[in-house]
Amino acid sequence: MKILVAVKRVVDYAVKIRVKPDKSGVETSNVKMSMNPFCEIALEEALRIKESGRAKEVVAVSIGPAQCTDTLRTGLAMGADRAIHVEYPGTLYPLSVAKIFKALVDAERPALLLLGKQAIDDDCTQTGQMIAGLLKWPQATFASKVVLDEGNKVATVDREVDGGLETLSLDLPAVITTDLRLNQPRYATLPNIMKAKSKVIKKLTPQDLNVEIRSDLEVVQVTEPPQRQAGVILSSVDQLIDRLKNEARVI
Amino acid sequence: MKYLTAASRLLRHSSRNLSDLGSNLQFFCSIRPSSSCLSYPSLRSYERFIQDDCFHRKFTLKNICFGGSGVGILHSLARFQSDGIRTHHRNLASTASIPERNKSFATINSDDISYFNKVLGGRGVVQDEEKLDDANTDWMRKYKGSSKLMLQPRTTQEVSQILDYCNSRCLAVVPQGGNTSLVGGSIPVYDEVIINVGSMNNILSFDKVSGILVCEAGCILENLMSFLDNEGYIMPLDLGAKGSCQIGGNISTNAGGLRLLRYGSLHGSVLGLEVVLANGTVLDMLGTLRKDNTGYDLKHLFIGSEGSLGIVTKVSILTPPKLPSVNLAFLACEDYLSCQKILVEAKTKLGEILSAFEFLDINAMDLVLKQLDGLRDPLPSSKHNFYVLIETTGSMESHDKEKLEAFLAQAIESGLLTDGVVAQDINQASSFWRIREGVPEALLKEGAVYKYDLSLPPEKIYDLVEEMRQRLGTAANVVAYGHLGDGNLHLNISTPQYDDNILAKIEPFVYEWTSKQRGSISAEHGIGLMKANKLHYSNSAETVQVMAAIKKVLDPSGILNPYKVLPTSVLSQS
Repeated sequence: MKILVAVKRVVDYAVKIRVKPDKSGVETSNVKMSMNPFCEIALEEALRIKESGRAKEVVAVSIGPAQCTDTLRTGLAMGADRAIHVEYPGTLYPLSVAKIFKALVDAERPALLLLGKQAIDDDCTQTGQMIAGLLKWPQATFASKVVLDEGNKVATVDREVDGGLETLSLDLPAVITTDLRLNQPRYATLPNIMKAKSKVIKKLTPQDLNVEIRSDLEVVQVTEPPQRQAGVILSSVDQLIDRLKNEARVI
Repeated sequence: MKYLTAASRLLRHSSRNLSDLGSNLQFFCSIRPSSSCLSYPSLRSYERFIQDDCFHRKFTLKNICFGGSGVGILHSLARFQSDGIRTHHRNLASTASIPERNKSFATINSDDISYFNKVLGGRGVVQDEEKLDDANTDWMRKYKGSSKLMLQPRTTQEVSQILDYCNSRCLAVVPQGGNTSLVGGSIPVYDEVIINVGSMNNILSFDKVSGILVCEAGCILENLMSFLDNEGYIMPLDLGAKGSCQIGGNISTNAGGLRLLRYGSLHGSVLGLEVVLANGTVLDMLGTLRKDNTGYDLKHLFIGSEGSLGIVTKVSILTPPKLPSVNLAFLACEDYLSCQKILVEAKTKLGEILSAFEFLDINAMDLVLKQLDGLRDPLPSSKHNFYVLIETTGSMESHDKEKLEAFLAQAIESGLLTDGVVAQDINQASSFWRIREGVPEALLKEGAVYKYDLSLPPEKIYDLVEEMRQRLGTAANVVAYGHLGDGNLHLNISTPQYDDNILAKIEPFVYEWTSKQRGSISAEHGIGLMKANKLHYSNSAETVQVMAAIKKVLDPSGILNPYKVLPTSVLSQS
């Protein structure tokens, strides 16, 4: 069985984000970029499935500018067998990513597609769901536990939903997006980092896959949330009522 | 309390509140004392007795009059310690070496209090017992003073007035910052007045072009780091206590830390100081010049003199720019010789991008993983004898990664490394650092610890560790870690409780061994109270005489941080 894992290169989780002065987006130059934490979890799950003997190959896929190869190298260092980089320098929205993945899945024919539940830069939480829709594959999102049956035909997935946990049974091939509590990703060990150097990263472009990137969305402005106002200590109840009435206008 | 940042709150919760009587009672109720003949109620009252009296200067084991069961109580308490409770205990041996209270020092009276109230405008005069309790006890919970007064000045002028007054009244004082000293340097020995500069925490100016930061001495290191982070700079020093320690204290102790390898010591980064002398004179040496060869460079006297020559009130420090590419590798070696060879290789192959080189041995690693939550072994596949942490900082990610990977590939091929991981994002890097920075905390949680901070020739460092293991056998856990890149060993001997017999096997052997290698008995922690009469191990008699002469010039009445740094015998001679 082959597993395809989507990994995204995003601003590192621990970095303090700053908005660009022209409000067109977030400052990404000279900022540490790493693999999206949920994608790490997805890759870790794929590797565990492979280590249990259920899968033969784990392929890491990333779509984006040239530097995505760094992220893919991390994926290879964690243990993925090979990687695919679809190079596209511009902004990508989930629907375009989903269309590219559909084309890739049609070419690679994996039995399982794993993604992180959302990317920490845009928090869209849409890509996995859209891919499943385009492929007409079953999907289980926010997975906190994944168990494959003997014949690799059915996946039993626990999902984290608002009310608690929901268990779904999916026929493979399927799309699963991973949530935080699924596993704890491994570190990239030195021997694996060295081995990763010789692993293949195939380069493709959206044209190669016959996908036209066009977006129905346009980012108009990106601003920081309003600064938290300092609290004010008032000296009497009358003052409080006056403020609530005239300034805050809540009574 | 302003200096209680998240980090210090964590420290407090782990090491202090656990010994808080209230929480202890709950714990005791769930544990049966195994072979002790004491029942719960009596145990509680005995524990209360020991807690109160434990820190009394004149307390020794012999004075407990429980019909000889004194040692038994300590032993049974020690059994509970393995469950994670830390009861108060003292380094009993230090009673012998603590000098008598200097009779020439006055004691506080109500006139003094009203004067201080006048100077500080009614706020900043602390006589509250609980707050004083904290200020009187050091981080290691090894020493406790009995000061009845803490002052919290807000301006240099106030510090000057306070010192002028104390000097005229011959009232001894202790300058205090974050109170994170590991050698009892920041707490009173007797009833010295505590002058806590924590309220002087303003950042005065920052020059974005030169990177020169001017701030007051009470600024917490971590806060300065956050401020500089916003500006694209970093502090030239970094240490585990950054959440609580203040820059004035860092400078007064010439703190070293994790990045000394790259950015050098504070003697190089500090450009200027404003210091208040014992008689209230304000020495304005707050230059912001990189080069200034006009006369004697006095600020160097104050850097590292641990508050015994003057109180630092303002600091001007050169900060390096924050470089974007930081890489961290956590590596494993089989023997100490490989660690040294890796150090040499790292210095030549990584060159200018090397920013930290730390090591821990297997005992340190085991302890950290055992005592601290939320940490996992980066190399779980097998146990390794030595772990090395290498950090690189540079301006170009691709260049640094290439260099690091080439260095690591060669190290593995030549057998210097047996395994290793490279952090792939900032979170992984923080967890690796947490392992190294968490060793002191883990040691504190484990029980009693005899802590030594030595500078030795790098090839000799581990010889000492192995000799100590031979000397102590199974009686103690000898844990070693430190700044291998600087030749600085942190030798820690962990025992369930403090024991004179064990101490006798450690001291003076450790100091004599170090002295023979012409090493330093205190690489970065300073002398404080703990090593005040051990100076001769690392300094000639003539050198110590000159130190005493300088002390006499700057502080004739000896009111600044008495009983510390210089041996009393030398001071009384001059």
